[in-house]
Amino acid sequence: MASQVAVEQDAIIREEGYDDHFHEHHHGDKYQSNFITTYIFSQDHKIIARQFLITGIFWAIVGSAMSIIFRMQLGFPEESLAWLKPILGKWITISADGVGTLAPEFYYALVTMHGTIIVFFVLTAGLSGTFSNLLIPLQLGARDMASPFLNMLSYWFFFLASIVMFFSLFLNTGPFSGGWTAYPPLSALPQASTGSGAGMTLWIVSLVFFVVSVLLGGINYITTVLNLRTKGMSLWRMPLTIWAFFITAIIGLLSFPVLASGFFLLMFDRGLGTSFFLSEIYIAGEALPQVGGSPILYQHLFWFLGHPEVYIIILPAMGIVSEVMSVHARKPIFGYRAMVYSILAIAFLSFIVWAHHMFMAGVNPFISNFFVIFTLIIAVPSAVKVFNWISTLYKGNLRLNTPMLFAIGFVSMFISGGLTGIFLGNSAIDIVMHDTYFVVAHFHIVMGVAAFFGMFAGVYNWFPKMFGRFMNETLGKIHFWMTMIGAYAIFWPMHYLGMAGVPRRYYSFDTFDAFSHFDGTNKFITIAAIITFGAQLLFVVNFFYSIWYGKKMTTKNPWQSTTLEWTTPIKGIHGNWPGKLPVVHRWAYDYSKDETSDVDFIPQHHPLTENEVRTEH
Amino acid sequence: MATETLEQQVANEPGADWSGGKPPFKASYGKLMMWYFLLSDAFTFAGFLIAYGALRFSMPSWPVPDFVFQTFPFLGSHNPLLFVTLMTFVLLFSSFTMMRAVQEGHRENKNGVVLWMFLTILGGAAFLGCQAWEWTTLIGHENMSVTTNPFGTHTEGGVYLDAEGNETSELVVAGESYLLHTVGAGHDEGHGDDHGAGHAMEAGNDYPNAYVDERGFIHRKYKVTEGPDAGMIKKEEFGPKAFGALFFFITGFHGFHVLSGVAFLLIIMINVASGLYVRRRNGYEMVEKIGLYWHFVDLVWVFVFLVFYLL
Repeated sequence: MASQVAVEQDAIIREEGYDDHFHEHHHGDKYQSNFITTYIFSQDHKIIARQFLITGIFWAIVGSAMSIIFRMQLGFPEESLAWLKPILGKWITISADGVGTLAPEFYYALVTMHGTIIVFFVLTAGLSGTFSNLLIPLQLGARDMASPFLNMLSYWFFFLASIVMFFSLFLNTGPFSGGWTAYPPLSALPQASTGSGAGMTLWIVSLVFFVVSVLLGGINYITTVLNLRTKGMSLWRMPLTIWAFFITAIIGLLSFPVLASGFFLLMFDRGLGTSFFLSEIYIAGEALPQVGGSPILYQHLFWFLGHPEVYIIILPAMGIVSEVMSVHARKPIFGYRAMVYSILAIAFLSFIVWAHHMFMAGVNPFISNFFVIFTLIIAVPSAVKVFNWISTLYKGNLRLNTPMLFAIGFVSMFISGGLTGIFLGNSAIDIVMHDTYFVVAHFHIVMGVAAFFGMFAGVYNWFPKMFGRFMNETLGKIHFWMTMIGAYAIFWPMHYLGMAGVPRRYYSFDTFDAFSHFDGTNKFITIAAIITFGAQLLFVVNFFYSIWYGKKMTTKNPWQSTTLEWTTPIKGIHGNWPGKLPVVHRWAYDYSKDETSDVDFIPQHHPLTENEVRTEH
Repeated sequence: MATETLEQQVANEPGADWSGGKPPFKASYGKLMMWYFLLSDAFTFAGFLIAYGALRFSMPSWPVPDFVFQTFPFLGSHNPLLFVTLMTFVLLFSSFTMMRAVQEGHRENKNGVVLWMFLTILGGAAFLGCQAWEWTTLIGHENMSVTTNPFGTHTEGGVYLDAEGNETSELVVAGESYLLHTVGAGHDEGHGDDHGAGHAMEAGNDYPNAYVDERGFIHRKYKVTEGPDAGMIKKEEFGPKAFGALFFFITGFHGFHVLSGVAFLLIIMINVASGLYVRRRNGYEMVEKIGLYWHFVDLVWVFVFLVFYLL
């Protein structure tokens, strides 16, 4: 029956489709003519998506492995890390009795790099870069991005950023070690710490390339969504994935440039002796000539990106989850318009809450009130989304496959992490909670784990679209349950640590009597982290094995999905559709519409039947 | 790529809307991208100008623009803001010539486009030349740099002292700016009168009427006559460092935009002259896009001009 539907779909596009004469104009395009232009300097959005994904996976392995190393030092300081000497070299110091410990400077460097890599390279480039590239043209019925060339540049700027950052890991003085936020003075004075010299220089150069990459990508995504929708694909018929990527790109377009401003000023402070962010600093008992600057100014410029950045990370995951959940619950997404409006509300609010990261930095408490209020208001659209997801599941005909499990897991994580956000958003409670493991637990669950879950849901769901094969379902389910339980095992206890006042980023708690009885908790967290990391390796194996040996995709639309990407040939072609473009007649969520029919979904390009009322959802 | 056909479609079907299959703003992808790039660039400049505001208003005083920017080539000092007015006029006029180039493009008049683009390039280059002269004056003659700002502002009234340490008739007025001269420097292009600030002074010495620091900057001494410090002898200090750093940084960043604009204008003008856009049959859209950029750079200058020269 499924193949019958596929044939019928092709017929609809052939007969009712819209002919843009694409293949007449682009016959024998000069790109995609050899290996290099097809797979390396490719201008095809589907290849670029895969490039982003695989680079993201590489960085995810590096970034999480770093966290395992510093967790081992923190959880088991007395155990020997000498076996890491071949990799880490001089950063492992071996005592007289043969116990290897991680050098404190390198501990901070690892914490810093873990944050930078996961936030920017994995959850921004790896998530938004992958799925925006893959899905925007495919789900909108476009031949490719508006500017395939700039799209290619976007990936290669990311690649350049990656190379520079990777290089910095091998410096004699180590990579930057002042925290992923790169606050001055540690980031502004090359002599401030070992990582503040060459490590910071490469860090900032890398991130400037990264900003360029994000802007090139974002300009392309926005323009494509506005200009290249196929006939009938009005904004209110776009799948929620597209809405999420579209708004994410707008947020990035407006916030990354401000980060760039801060970085440029920081470069002057580092290289030319200006004092934009420096004032009255003593190093080794000597007063520096820099006076008159403001380190808080940097924090404002940084968090003007930094806060929207968490929505740049989480919104694509939300979009993916909405789509995956609707498909595998065989139900229309509950409250489509509410979902869109809540994305818009979150995007707007994300720009006026940045100072809640700075309550304890000396910001005027009166001003803090405004930031508290707007921060807490974000709970409203977030709750709208959560209730809509739960309502979508309610009485759904659930397929509990791996993508669906990860989508449900996302909602669980988002609730758990979101609730602790309400604690931290209060400036009064933040006096106690700031810079403790409570904060670490909060943001890891709500934007780290949750965004990873969204990414996994997306990878498992669209893997057939990307590679023409399925990922192994059993391994996928093992991966899900280990990650779900493991992630809670890691981060749940951290809330208790935080409430007891255990500060984050500390190398050792040996000298603190108050925290010494958390030894066992720290050991438990470390063990949980190692097991969860192992589960991710399972995913990596599954991913690469399935690219070549996975179960082959035999029908175009394996999930019985309504969206347009499943009407394209199994093996992706240049221009996406072989002949005409599909014309859209309905919204993206016509599932279980007609209970009398065998087919419980109606794809977007199917014309309305006679007794159907045209709705502009 | 795919947009070519969409554009044709726009031409065929008037009344484009949001229903898909057509660009809702009836603008090509290239023009939209330029708009969004400019939007992001505006946020970069906004970041700088907000940094400027934050630093400036955390300082007790700030150099008075009328005093700092008062030199003009061959006319010497005492011409407040005259030179920057000329610069601004040149840049804004180049916006006009750019607009004419775009207009000639709509008329498919190749020679007209080339002529007006050439004039725009001249305007941009003239602006850059003016900026170079202004920077040369500030750096070379007035010793301002990203780390040193010899332009200070008095915050209290008083009288200057003479070579014997006695009060003179020259008043120190709160709110007026001064420039720290250096020993041995010619004062032909200097600011105000140096009234006996000694030509014979040496670096690192303390005199009854001035202190000369290690780098040779003359800090004139004065007696405070009003306020809680009345009666104290004080010396003129360096102005806020942030002034020099922000000035060179922000006008430099803007100048870099102008320089890139001139380079792109040049390339596009050559393309126009070679008939490339006629052969490609996409009109003079590239001229329009660089025109958007050029107007944006002018608009940014208006804000830079406002905060550095007027406020």
